[in-house]
Amino acid sequence: MTKTFKIVVLAKQVPDTRNVGKNAMKEDGTVNRAALPAIFNPEDMNALEQALRLKDAYPGSEVLLLTMGPGRAAEIIREGLFRGADGGILLTDRKFAGADTLATSYALSMAVKKIQPDIIIAGRQAIDGDTAQVGPQVAEKLNYPQVTYAEDIVGVKEGKIIIKRRLERGIEVVKTSMPVVITVHATAPACRPRNAKQLMRFKHARTKSEEQDNEHNSYLPTYTLDYLVIPEWGVNDIGGDEANYGLSGSPTKVKKIENIVFQAKESKRITSSEEDVDTLIKELISSHTIG
Amino acid sequence: MANFYNDNKDLKFQFRHPLMNKIVDLKEQNYKDAGKFDYAPCVAYDAIDSYEKVMEILGEICADVIAVNAEEVDKKGPHHESGRVTYAPGTQQNQDVLIQAGLYGMSLPRQYGGLNFSMVPYVMAAELVARADAGFANIWGLQDCAETIHEYASEEIKNEFLPRINYGATCSMDLTEPDAGSDLQAVMLKASYNEKDGKWFLNGVKRFITNGDAEIKLVLARSEEGTTDGRGLSYFVYDKAWGGVQVRRIENKLGIKGSPTCELVFNNAPAKLVGERKLGLIKYVMSLMNGARLGVGAQSVGISEAAYREALKYAHERAQFGKPIIQFPAVYEMLAVIKAKLQSSRALLYETTRFVDVYKAYGFIAEGRKLTPEERTEAKQFQKLADMFTPILKLMSSEYSNQNAYDSLQIHGGSGFMKDYPIERIFRDARITTIYEGTSQLQVVAAQRYVTNGSYLAQIREYEKIEVKPEYEQLKKILSEMTDQYQKAVEKVIEGDNEFIDFHARRLVEMAAHIIMSYLLLSDAQSDDSYAMSAEIYIGKSKSWNDERYSYIKDFSACQLNPFLSIKGENVDEA
Repeated sequence: MTKTFKIVVLAKQVPDTRNVGKNAMKEDGTVNRAALPAIFNPEDMNALEQALRLKDAYPGSEVLLLTMGPGRAAEIIREGLFRGADGGILLTDRKFAGADTLATSYALSMAVKKIQPDIIIAGRQAIDGDTAQVGPQVAEKLNYPQVTYAEDIVGVKEGKIIIKRRLERGIEVVKTSMPVVITVHATAPACRPRNAKQLMRFKHARTKSEEQDNEHNSYLPTYTLDYLVIPEWGVNDIGGDEANYGLSGSPTKVKKIENIVFQAKESKRITSSEEDVDTLIKELISSHTIG
Repeated sequence: MANFYNDNKDLKFQFRHPLMNKIVDLKEQNYKDAGKFDYAPCVAYDAIDSYEKVMEILGEICADVIAVNAEEVDKKGPHHESGRVTYAPGTQQNQDVLIQAGLYGMSLPRQYGGLNFSMVPYVMAAELVARADAGFANIWGLQDCAETIHEYASEEIKNEFLPRINYGATCSMDLTEPDAGSDLQAVMLKASYNEKDGKWFLNGVKRFITNGDAEIKLVLARSEEGTTDGRGLSYFVYDKAWGGVQVRRIENKLGIKGSPTCELVFNNAPAKLVGERKLGLIKYVMSLMNGARLGVGAQSVGISEAAYREALKYAHERAQFGKPIIQFPAVYEMLAVIKAKLQSSRALLYETTRFVDVYKAYGFIAEGRKLTPEERTEAKQFQKLADMFTPILKLMSSEYSNQNAYDSLQIHGGSGFMKDYPIERIFRDARITTIYEGTSQLQVVAAQRYVTNGSYLAQIREYEKIEVKPEYEQLKKILSEMTDQYQKAVEKVIEGDNEFIDFHARRLVEMAAHIIMSYLLLSDAQSDDSYAMSAEIYIGKSKSWNDERYSYIKDFSACQLNPFLSIKGENVDEA
């Protein structure tokens, strides 16, 4: 029998920061999520693909998504289910609100402890904060090895997982023990598409909270099917010290967000004449840009 | 993110058609799968919701993968070496992504791993893929072979082949031979039964076979020694793993270059009989052909859509004489007519598809239980409508896709003639649509009998009964007059002999098609005012097109055929 693994993908629903408007930040300095379209954080998609590939390579492995956010973040779990994940958990609790990376990774690590996976995979960073801190912090809190900038999880050999990392000046292949936290870089393969059958199978998957105010699915018989229930976990489900959650567990305070428009510098026109090229080269050498 | 389904409200509109619920009810047979398969719908609304969501998956793949790969696929094309074909890298990527998305075997029943989708979303999928890359649409569209296997093959063959198609096993339909093109009765490829092995073996040559190196093939072959006509032909299924088929060469084509067109040599290739002997051409291929023609209809509409969008974009961007060229009457008229032809062919495509959907669903129900007399009557009626509409759909949509690609290229001016814009590829890709799966001329032959026996006229009179809002009464009146004119033209032509009827057949078929397509647009405009523009333009143009045809027919006497007949005496050496 081949080895199977329990894999958790840490995924985040993020505001689409490609269109930041004036109301992007709330008065308390946190992101105003209601004002921006919510999407699956792009690098978390790369992470999900790595998890699904592991599942393909080690049939019987289980891929679970773990996400923290408001009720609507259940959408992230459905997106994962449509692509081949087996399930997911939504960490949601008023007490989590206002969390910075420290409080977030605390909550995630408590949930991971409860799930007991072999492999935890996350995107390198989220496009709303660009901190790249959550993955490594989760590893530190759990005292697991961490491998960042992963581009390809090559496989598992004799109980050790082999990972290819994308570094600035090349590629590094590392081997480590499990459980392990891996963060995946955007250069890793794009995530597979939603699968038609998976979509039809899981389109009615929802949390209890969604069930309560669900109008558009009113034609459905009341589903008691377990696999359609997306579990919601709060502080009471994962335990831990309440002071470490939410705003009180968050030392980071955002002072201000600014929309910076890059101004073009003065431009200079250079023709292809020998003289112009010569002048340009000299200029570049004297400014130490080249040479 | 770009999405070819979400950016096209004409497609969503199809799912709101009044017949849609009935189609789904029939297809799902009282939602019997709901308890058995966790992805089966429990009510019509649920199924249609799934159709839409799956179209969104495909729409995204078409925009983000297939359309992006199209240029490179066209340039590189497939590769032929030592009897085998390798797809261009982009083609293989398209294929892989669609397999991951589970978009093969869309219309197959769930027991074989299919999605059990009705024809409307299946045809729509074909349209979407064709808009992205018309050549790739062929490779994807050959999953149609599954339909034939499902309808006619034994349970054993179904179980052996159908589930594989869901996992993306590629297919081909091997009909054409060097001396059997439009005339398939002339097929020579020999099928001989070997008593000792209890097996069929195929020997001979096939030509112009789309996706000829496919894993699963359906092959038309002569099983009855000594016969020379269609009744000696049977249908076989072949698995590439069995060996015995080599690709001798692939064609170098004008368009749809990503789709490999192969010449095949069968050398003692083992095969299994599909259905009954001798019914190969007369029953199975005829049925498959109707499916394939619906497919070319979808492909043509997809090409028209792509052409229209390229032209519209260019006409806004390109400025001459100080303004965007869309401001000039010569350009905006062309664009508006392109759109009207596009929307009218799409209306005809889905009308035909709904007819096919209803009768096919009854066919499958009939496998499980006896149909009631009312159901049988309805099934027959819809089958007849489908048979009547398929040739005019194939004819009109493919001709329009060519006209649209031509005009869209024209709007691009000199730039359109260069390889720099997609319209150049679209123009080349469109060209095959009026040729394969039965040329336009053969569609006229298939449609002709419905002209002479009054079936089109009767159906047009049915459309005449639709209620229209007051502001559309004038258009309806025009259509009614056009119908009278059509009736007169038919009466005049059928007074003549067969040669005379054949000579005018295309004109009459087109007159009927113009009226039918006009009514479909008019009807759409009743539920959505945005169709008013195309309805008005199309009806106006149709009237003038029909006037021209009528004027030609009206005064045409039998002796006027003579100058045409004299062309037969000409030959190239002394032309």
